[in-house]
Order: sequence, then C-alpha cells, then structure tokens
Amino acid sequence: MLKSKHLIGLEHFPISDLNKIIDTSFKFKEILNTESRKSILLKGKTIVNMFFENSTRTKISFSLAEKRLGADSINFSASTSSVKKGETLKDTVQNIESMKIDGAVIRHGHPGSALKLTEYIDGAVINAGDGSHEHPTQAILDMVTLKEKFGKIKGLKIGIVGDILNSRVARSDIFALKKLGAEIVVCGPSTLLPGDAKRLGINITYNLNEVLNWCDAVIALRIQLERMHLGRIPSKREYHSEFGLTYEKISKLKKDIVIMHPGPMNRGVEIDSKVADSDNAVILDQVLNGVASRMSILYLLLGDGDIKL
Amino acid sequence: MIKGINARKILLKSGRIIDPFSKKTFNGDLLIESGKISKISDSISTKGKDYKVINCKGLVVTHGFCDMHVHFREPGREDKETLESGSYSALAGGFTQVCTMANTNPVIDSPEHIHYIVSKSQKLPIDIFPIGAVSKGMKGEELTEMLLMQKNGAIAFSDDGVPIQNAQFMKLALTYSKMLNVPIMNHAEDIFLRNDGVMNASSISNNLGLKGNTSLGEAVMVYRDLLLAESLNSKLHLLHLSTKEAVDLLKQFKSKKQLITAEVSPHHLYFVDEDIDSFDTNLKVAPPVRSKKDRKALIEGIKSGLIDCIATDHAPHTLEDKETTFNEAAFGMIGLESCFGVVNKVLVKENGMSLKSLIEKITVNPRKVMNLETNLFDIGSKAQITIFDPNEKWKFKNSHILSKSSNSPFIGKDLVGKVKFVISKNQFFTL
Repeated sequence: MLKSKHLIGLEHFPISDLNKIIDTSFKFKEILNTESRKSILLKGKTIVNMFFENSTRTKISFSLAEKRLGADSINFSASTSSVKKGETLKDTVQNIESMKIDGAVIRHGHPGSALKLTEYIDGAVINAGDGSHEHPTQAILDMVTLKEKFGKIKGLKIGIVGDILNSRVARSDIFALKKLGAEIVVCGPSTLLPGDAKRLGINITYNLNEVLNWCDAVIALRIQLERMHLGRIPSKREYHSEFGLTYEKISKLKKDIVIMHPGPMNRGVEIDSKVADSDNAVILDQVLNGVASRMSILYLLLGDGDIKL
Repeated sequence: MIKGINARKILLKSGRIIDPFSKKTFNGDLLIESGKISKISDSISTKGKDYKVINCKGLVVTHGFCDMHVHFREPGREDKETLESGSYSALAGGFTQVCTMANTNPVIDSPEHIHYIVSKSQKLPIDIFPIGAVSKGMKGEELTEMLLMQKNGAIAFSDDGVPIQNAQFMKLALTYSKMLNVPIMNHAEDIFLRNDGVMNASSISNNLGLKGNTSLGEAVMVYRDLLLAESLNSKLHLLHLSTKEAVDLLKQFKSKKQLITAEVSPHHLYFVDEDIDSFDTNLKVAPPVRSKKDRKALIEGIKSGLIDCIATDHAPHTLEDKETTFNEAAFGMIGLESCFGVVNKVLVKENGMSLKSLIEKITVNPRKVMNLETNLFDIGSKAQITIFDPNEKWKFKNSHILSKSSNSPFIGKDLVGKVKFVISKNQFFTL
C-alpha cells in the first residue's frame, strides 16, 4: 500500500507515501467521529510500543490508535524493564521480536535508534521520536491539521519558533512542509538555530514580529528549560519577551493566524495561556488528529491492503 | 570640576576645521546655536549678532572625542570614580562620549543595572553608554539577558577585566550577540599562560624578580577569538592590544573580515617594560606594557589603519591600591586627561602619522564600532566639539587630573597637544 516498509523519518520519505498517509488520516478522522469509533482493520495484528523515553501524549495516542484499529498491543517502557538491568537495545528488541510481532513503535533518546531497530526485526518500525533527529508522526499530524484548516499545504506560509537546533519536531516539520510546497521561516535565539539554514532551504530570522506578520500559521516549539543551564538562553524572561507567543504580540496582528504547538507547553514561556486557549489555537485539534494520523500510518504499514475504506 | 556655560550662541572663529566624517579640512568658522551646529563656512559675520566669539586661530576644531573603553567604578567603588567625576575627567581630555565597562560591584549584568547607569548619566555633561557584561557575574558561565539589556541602553558586551576562558562559552556569546549587531569585546589573556604574571615576561622581569606575563597569553586567546568570530561571522572587538603577535594575527584575519575591529591604549604606545625599572606601580596594568618590538608593532598597526581605535582603558585606583609593592598593587591606570597629549606626541610628532588620521581613531572609528552617530558636523546635529592646540607643549601634572584618582605614570611627562575647549550637551567648557 505504501512504497515504504517503515516510517523512520521524513527526510527521505516518498512524497506519494506522505500524501497517502495524510489523505487516509481524514478517513480515520471520520471513523473517530462516529459513535463506535472503532474498526477491525488490524484485527489479529500485534504491535509493541517501546518507549525508552518518557512520553504522555504520543504513547497514549499510539495506544488509542491501535485499539481503534482492533490490533493487539503490548506496552514496554524502559523504566520498568530489563533495560534497567543493563540489557542492550539489540537484545531487548530481539527478545520481543521472537515473540512474533507485526510492528514496533519506538521512542528513544538517541538519534538513529529507530533505524537501528529495522536491522533487528522483520515487522514495520514506526519512529515515535529518536533523540533530536526526527518525530515523523508529529509532523504528519501537523500536516493533517494544516490541511484540515486551509484545505491545502502548498503555498502556505509557516513560521516555526523556538529551539530549531535541537527539536526533532522542527526537523520533521521542515522536511514535510518542504516536500509539500510550503514556505518556511524559522525564528528563535541565534544559539538555538541551525547554522546550515541554506542547506535546509529555509529562511531564518531573529525577529518574531516579522514572522507573525508574514505567516498563515505559526508552530511554537517547547523550549526545553534545561537548555538554559547549557547556557544557550539567558533566562525565561528574555525568551518570553523576545520569542514567546505573547498575547500582546498576537493581538496586534492585522490578520488572524493559526497557532500550533506540539505539546507539552510551557505556558508563560513560549506561549501565553491567553494565546494557547484562544479561538485561533488548534492545539487540541492536533491531539485528535494525532490519533487519526497514527491510525492511518499503522493501517497503511501493517494492514493487508484489501479493505477499502 | 569645571563649569560650563550655556552653548546658546557660540561662534568658533578662524579655526582649522577637521571633519573626520567627510574627511574635509579647511580654515573657517563654526556656529553653534542652542547647542546645535547651525552653520559651518569659510567666514561667518558677527555684525549685529550677540555671538560669544571664541578665537580659534591656530587651534583645531573637530568632533568630540569618543572613548569606547573606560572604568568609572560606580556602583561599588565610588571612592575611585563616579559616573560624575569620570565624566569631568573625560571632558578634561576632550571626550564627549564614553562607554563604561561592566566590572563594577555589582557587575552590570542585567537590564536593571543598565537602566541604573543610563538614568544616573542623564544629567551629566557627556554621554555615557554602558557596556553590559557578557556573562552573569562575569563568571564566564551563563549568558546575560543581552536582548533586554540592549533595549535598556547597553551598547556592547564585555567581561573586560576577566578573560572569557571557556571557548564554548565564547562561541555561544558570539552567536547570541549576532541578534544584536553589537561587538563582543573580550579581555584576551589566557589565564593559565598569564600565570599570575605582573609585568611583561622578559629579561627585564627576570632582572627585577617579578613574575612574567607572556605575550603568548594574549596571542593564543586573540587567535581563538578571531577564529570563532570569523567562522560565526560575528562582530568581535579586540581590547587593548599589547603584543606584536596579536597585531600580526589581526592582519591575517582583518583582510577577510570587516566585522573585526581592534583598539590600542595610549600607554601601550608610550611605555615599554624597561620603564618599570623602579617598580612604579602606576605602570602595573593588564595587559602589561610590553617590549620595544611590541610597541613598534602597535605604532605601525595604528598608523596603517589595521588597529581602528585608540581607547584609554581609564582605570582609576585609590592611593591605597597603588602605594604598595608591585606584586600587591592593583592593575590599571587612569588615561582620559593625558590621552590626546600622549598619542599626538607619539604618533603624530614622533612617528609621522597625520593628525587627520589620528583624529579618526578617537572620533569616527570608535563611534562606528559602537553604532553611534558619526556625522557630527551635520547641520542641526547636537554639538559635540573638541578644540585643541596640536602643538602646545605641556607637562602633565596632578592639577590636570579631574578624576577622583591620580594613578598615572604620565605625571611629570612632557606631552604635546592640548585640549582647550569642549562643547558637549549644550554646554561650553574652557579647560
């Protein structure tokens, strides 16, 4: 059904596969909006969710998507497993694989861990975030949200604000948006922006007001407060004043813009509560679209392909 | 303290007007009305006018001097200097604008501290622009709120007095400051190579039994900073160059990068390590006065334009801080009052630099580095004017010093070129 066997990242992901996942997501959203909210499209399939790193919404979102598709899922988290006893990734995964599974969802703190996993198991691997590398399912749900809001992605003007350098969400969003023909400007403190913007084909600015006045939608990224201790930003106060989506900045804009955030939010740092909770914010739509997108991804990678939606 | 009179209507008659912005020199008159430049021409008639006429025959009329590197010790050591006493010291040297370093107590490392300096300076007779600290508490660990500090009036950033030893931190500072378009000014001395040295490391320090500070300490850190600034395309200003090695490195990098600027202090152009023969603690300064070879390289560097600016590094200290052994004495010397007489003597009179070129180094060039207005003789501009006699020979004495401190090794030295009048912030001062 897709050209790809796994979903590891969007940098090299075929555009046709990406479009197919996005379009199919809307069909699953319809199912989610029906009374029963459930299908049996992945009945008999077993999926293991391996979370080596903490996660709330991604983990729940995948679990729900699997349940709504009728799959059997088992959860594994590093904090309560043999990883704590010193088992290597390879051994952990091969043990799980030998128990016959069809697909694996992995979140891991190290870049490349999802790709590594494809060497150890036969089933489909879905990257739920590998370190600072990629978070493709988040980017796909962002694309679904944008397409739902604007009807298209091509030609959209998208601002991404925050820690672009270390954000897997930013990286995957940039790859997806570029493939789909959106214009991108990234904004943040210079210590948190990539030095190779030209290679990524994106524009960079330090002036948030410039971005807000230009864009159709803005994606605020979570600022990891531990970056402060690494000396990359001097204070929450300065970040909030210069790079926060404050009510003051948003209320001055001449036109409405769509406000997005992948969560979890630091309210009062990168986004004001008044902005996060405003009518222009689609942050909770992103969450629901996350379930639909992940159903779409799981179905297209694991399904038999003979069930017409 | 000197008293100014209101610069309501002042005619500077028959001076040699040197405008370092337009690079024009001519003999003529300059009229100031209500503190602003109202007319410049070959001859301005006084008929029927109530101008206060200042005879400037034989004198040079030029932009007010700008010193991008002074220490005014307020807050914390008001016994050494205050913003007020410092500004009169500056006026006595012909300076109408100065930039104050952040190493006070407390350190100027927050928007609130910047605001304090700016508001305290409002009513003073010169413009004072605070330089903010690069790191909180000047510890070289965490960046200061540079964006908010700039909004409150910080003109540049420096931990001067304390070298930024951690290269990763320096890299972050040079990256963060790109958002502001202002220079990072690092006190470039590798603290490990400096090795507690109190004077230049040489046969002289060996003879005196004093611990030496090798020129390599400056060279190594200057090289590091130049590499970082070039690769990041950031603004870097090299403070108080003292070594030939640093001048040579600057030459290598400057041809490629215009974002890199440098300054030299009058004392490094005047003194050499041999002058410390009698343990004069007023010659104890950081970085130290170096060898004859270094002094020659600095003179060549400023003459050729490689070094952009002259900055005094005016560093007042009490008698108690200086009347002690060389090892225990504080580093630093005052420099505002003696500056012009020293650099004019060394560079113009003894080393053949043109007066026009010297003026650029203490007017337009530092203002360019600090993003200050440089076209000061534009009609309608607030008058910032310094009038000096380029040929007057004088002996520098305690009585010439308006600073609260008098730690100057120039006391008793014969200087050439003396500032006579200064116009600043709508006031006319006679020195």
